[in-house]
Amino acid sequence: MKINIPISKAKEIAKYNTLKLSEKAIAKTVIANNFLTDFADAVLFITRFVKETFSRKFEVREFFHQCFAIGYKSLSLVSVIGFIMGFVLTLQVRPTLVNFDAEALLPRMVAISLIREIGPVITALICAGKVASSMGAELGSMKVTEQIEAMEVSSTHPMRFLVVTRVLAATLMIPLLIMYADGLGLVGSWFGSNIKGDVSFVLFTSQAFKHLEFIDFLPAVVKSFFFGGVIGLVGCYKGYNAGRGTESVGKAANSAVVLASLLVLIVDMIAVQVTDMITL
Amino acid sequence: MKMKQTESLLKDLPQTDSKETVIEIENLRKSFGTQKVLQDFSLKLYNGENLVVLGKSGSGKSVLIKCIVGLLKPDSGMIKVFDHIVTDLTVGEWDKMRQKIGFLFQNGALYDSMTVKENLEFPLRRIKGHLKQKEMDAKIEEVLENVGLLDALYKMPAQLSGGMQKRISLARTLVVDPKIILYDEPTTGLDPVTSDEISTLINDIQKKYKTSSIIITHDIECARITADRLVMMQDGKAYKEGNLNQFEKSTDKIIKLFFK
Repeated sequence: MKINIPISKAKEIAKYNTLKLSEKAIAKTVIANNFLTDFADAVLFITRFVKETFSRKFEVREFFHQCFAIGYKSLSLVSVIGFIMGFVLTLQVRPTLVNFDAEALLPRMVAISLIREIGPVITALICAGKVASSMGAELGSMKVTEQIEAMEVSSTHPMRFLVVTRVLAATLMIPLLIMYADGLGLVGSWFGSNIKGDVSFVLFTSQAFKHLEFIDFLPAVVKSFFFGGVIGLVGCYKGYNAGRGTESVGKAANSAVVLASLLVLIVDMIAVQVTDMITL
Repeated sequence: MKMKQTESLLKDLPQTDSKETVIEIENLRKSFGTQKVLQDFSLKLYNGENLVVLGKSGSGKSVLIKCIVGLLKPDSGMIKVFDHIVTDLTVGEWDKMRQKIGFLFQNGALYDSMTVKENLEFPLRRIKGHLKQKEMDAKIEEVLENVGLLDALYKMPAQLSGGMQKRISLARTLVVDPKIILYDEPTTGLDPVTSDEISTLINDIQKKYKTSSIIITHDIECARITADRLVMMQDGKAYKEGNLNQFEKSTDKIIKLFFK
């Protein structure tokens, strides 16, 4: 069980143990203790998740239900975001390219930026906001109202039913959403380039894909699976380990978004480094 | 075996030792940080009886039943359920054990994204997966009829009153045929009429399903209706044990505060 010690309690313990610790030392000890507790808790959670993922009984129905909830219900938001990404990127880049008389490179440049970096990262950040917060809040409120404990005592494995299905659904659906957003980004870019120009959609897309190579797609697809996994895991972890009381539901949702967004960026940074090392 | 911390109120207690013991707890200890919640707590639950555990809020009643069902791990002591020491059980063994133990949560803990039928089907499908859909439906209808809420089959938990939610929660517990039911404050938050209905229902369930129950409560009316035997908890210890009559006539100050 997770025990985070407040500073006042640590002081009391220190006094009780006749340890003459300074305020600073107590505060540092408490921070270190809480960090290590949280870290150990997260490791245990991931271990349980992996164990349950490979158990023989898989909640197929709930998995598809979660795929629907994460994938289909995020479609409208991702559509708008994807379109705007491509549209704005084109409007911002076009004047610079015109200055260098390189307007013809616009579709290629937008496609590479969208597929390699902007599409996956922005869509993942939006999904971190939508999916991780909803998982954090849903599981958090289930925890507060003892629904998770009710599953536990009736031998129905809440980890398997609630966490495994959600994390796997996020891992599968978020890459699909990212690819969909990339596609709509190109459509948005075509609209953007037609504001001050006249280019057919077929020509625009053929120019966009002409110079794209396998290495442009592969790292983006691989990292988007990691984004999905991270978003699912963080959302479920924060909700599953929410404290008591309604306040903790809000905290779980909020911290799920913050941590998931941060981890998406960290994973992206690592992925870019790895891709660079491979392609060099 | 005599319980170490329990003082019998009268010498003419029913000879319960001759009955089969379904739960046996010895010297149970549980602390949260520096706060000692259970201190050398001992208790026995006999087959077919309703044991009411009384006590003030914060006396460790809920922690006790959460330890029995494995939601909390005790610091020390022994809990034996059907002759199995539960603290030594593996995950797979816990699964089997928990199928024999029903748990009614204080607020019902119904799954709010599911209808009443789905709430009941959820444990049934996972524990008794060999049953055909028709058999499951019949079982669900049977338990709903027993709690008097057959017409709530397709309602969502949010559409039910507090008393109805408790009944449905009880039906969800009963649907997998438990041998023991642990009730965590079954009448808390209910009006006196609904409280009496729930208490009567607990008795009916005991008779019909031949269950043994531990009922955690501070509601004296509930205790009066349901108790075959009572244990008073005070500061994490079993303070007194006896039957209803003995508690009613007790001159003990703490017990008198409850049985005014």
